[in-house]
Amino acid sequence: MYGTRLRALSIATLVTLTGGFALAAFYAPEDADQGFMQKILYLHVPLAIAALCGFIFAGICAIQHLRTNEFRWDLRSYVAIHVSLIFGAAVLITGSIWARASWGHWWVWDEPTLVSFLIVFLLYATYQPLRFSIEDRDKQSRYASVFAITAGAFVPLNFLAVRLAQSYTHPRVFATANGGLEPHMKVAFYVCLLGMALLYVTLWKYEMAAKNTRMQLKALRRRLGGDIVAPPRRSAQPTMESA
Amino acid sequence: MRRAVSAVLRRDLRIETRTPQVVPGMALFSISAFVVFHFALQARSVSGNLAAGVLWVTLLLAAVLGIARQFVADREEGGFEGFLLAPVDRTALLVAKVASLFLFLVALELVAVPAFLIMLLGPSPVEFWRLLLALLLADAGIAFVGTLVGALAVQSRARDLLVPLLVLPLLVPLLIGAVKISAPVFGAPVAAARWPWVLALYDLVFGLVAYAVFDFLLED
Repeated sequence: MYGTRLRALSIATLVTLTGGFALAAFYAPEDADQGFMQKILYLHVPLAIAALCGFIFAGICAIQHLRTNEFRWDLRSYVAIHVSLIFGAAVLITGSIWARASWGHWWVWDEPTLVSFLIVFLLYATYQPLRFSIEDRDKQSRYASVFAITAGAFVPLNFLAVRLAQSYTHPRVFATANGGLEPHMKVAFYVCLLGMALLYVTLWKYEMAAKNTRMQLKALRRRLGGDIVAPPRRSAQPTMESA
Repeated sequence: MRRAVSAVLRRDLRIETRTPQVVPGMALFSISAFVVFHFALQARSVSGNLAAGVLWVTLLLAAVLGIARQFVADREEGGFEGFLLAPVDRTALLVAKVASLFLFLVALELVAVPAFLIMLLGPSPVEFWRLLLALLLADAGIAFVGTLVGALAVQSRARDLLVPLLVLPLLVPLLIGAVKISAPVFGAPVAAARWPWVLALYDLVFGLVAYAVFDFLLED
């Protein structure tokens, strides 16, 4: 079910993302003060938006999991957080490079969005240790969902608090996604955003398909004869047995 | 519901008064932390934003100690099973645990705040009610988040590792608000008036989240 239309989706992602970066490189004008370095905006901001939407999506899946008690929702939530964490690491790295290029420091505390993002990232980084340290499969998935819901509620609250803490002392240095971007830049930015969203969905579907296939394979092997099946290892991943 | 809450709360308070463990631990930790801050900062006294930061970091880390201990007795001595067997609403356990953590935090602050005023604070405090307001709002928030995280982490094998990792990022917005509200007491300029509202919003959101998801942490 998750393997369908993967090829079409991958091609669409590739085309949109390449097109978006091409637009960003050749169509959008160079920024007056930051020059070429400003182009990292087209990578950094879409990554961040995709990662945050992924965290929220994981929280919604977790609510569904607690309501229906179906393991598929737990798997969806797990994969969404997994992909978002990878995107999140990329956001922090690109943000750091951007800060170095425009302010001369690898890390600045004046940029509330990046600081909030770090806090959110640190919180979600404990998701997998939490899962791994609970042995009972059923409990593991339930507790992971509780965590995903709590953290999902925390994301907007955290952004509000960090933004309020700094907005009066420091002006916003960068234009936000839709504020003050020049029209050509805006077009390139939205194409990049769409491409990154597609990339997220593609990666999410790939991982879902892989995990589902592996589970089905395991179930088939078990039906054929239990000898070849290795005993279940402790792991942070959701498994079919927990359903 | 009210009887169940008061029964669990009385039990927790009785355990703590018979073999004091959590509150003395937190209080001693806070005083040690002030000593450590004195040497680490190389300062006889602190004031302004730095003072607020030292006080709140200490209180937060002390609260982490209390949060990690919160459900240990329930798990090891069969308190969860006993509670689940009783024909009462599961929210009663949440309410009682939030109340007991709140009371423990107040007890901690009765020791830690005077100790801070005597040991580290330079200027004499002004407009002390700001600090009381911040303590009240922050304690409520720590109690909600702490109870949720304590219940989440108690079933895992890496409990002592997970509690600080989970609690500290979750409490960052609360810390920002508490510092902003209470810094004027120690001589910093007064921050915007909206911070008590931000903290109240934080308390409300996490109170509702805890109420919504706590039941799922008890199922067995």
